[in-house]
Amino acid sequence: MDLFEAIFWFLTAMAIGSALGVILSRNPINSVLFLIATFFAISGHYILMNAQFLAIVNIIVYAGAIMVLFLFVIMLMNLNADVEPQKSRLVQFAGIISGGILFLLILAALRDMKAAGVIEKTATDIGLMKNLGKTLFQNYVFPFEISSVLFLSAMIGAMVIGKKETLVIDKN
Amino acid sequence: MNEISLNHYLFVSCALFFIGVYGFLTRRNLITMLMAIELILNSININFIVFNKFLFPDKLDGLFFTIFIITIAAAEAAVAIAIIINLYRNYKTIDVEETNTMKF
Repeated sequence: MDLFEAIFWFLTAMAIGSALGVILSRNPINSVLFLIATFFAISGHYILMNAQFLAIVNIIVYAGAIMVLFLFVIMLMNLNADVEPQKSRLVQFAGIISGGILFLLILAALRDMKAAGVIEKTATDIGLMKNLGKTLFQNYVFPFEISSVLFLSAMIGAMVIGKKETLVIDKN
Repeated sequence: MNEISLNHYLFVSCALFFIGVYGFLTRRNLITMLMAIELILNSININFIVFNKFLFPDKLDGLFFTIFIITIAAAEAAVAIAIIINLYRNYKTIDVEETNTMKF
């Protein structure tokens, strides 16, 4: 077992264990912290797959921006004090069935899959910033601009939805 | 580099995906459900990068799909958190079982 393999298995164990921690922990703040650990493990996988720019973007955007937003909202709502009520046993059983059975099915399908025609080229510099930027601004300019429009509309929508209303909806 | 193949990475992303599906189905807290969605999106990102790396190592299409998925996830999280804050302001809870005004 060389170093690459050891790092792969360490990152895999970290990702899956932290993902289980996200799902199983009662306190939402612990869920957010486990999710940040999961994102770091996934970024490590990106670096192993020679996509350095994407690893950095993943850490900055997910662990830096989105998770801070989540933590802020959780602390704003004071959800950290109480213990969250769980769904009933029936729903949990249904979740295990629908998640687990499909998981086993896909695992069985993956195990028999022949990875034919796979060419493994190591140590290319295709995922580095220079090539990525060139391709982004030559072939992907239109989706890039469209995503900026998407961000603008999402910003306006979030401000309109989150604005304080004077109308109080009756609970019943 | 010789032992770790395409299938290993697909196992990882498959496990993350179904952990996310289980969490989405069984939690009642809206924020935790949103975190489960983020897990699912990240497993999809791993799939894109892996297929790009192992099948088309001289192209960049999978990386750009992943970048746009991250973009859309950020926008989605912003809008969803605005909805959650508004919901909390009106109902004083974010439990999905309690907010059933529009259910029937």
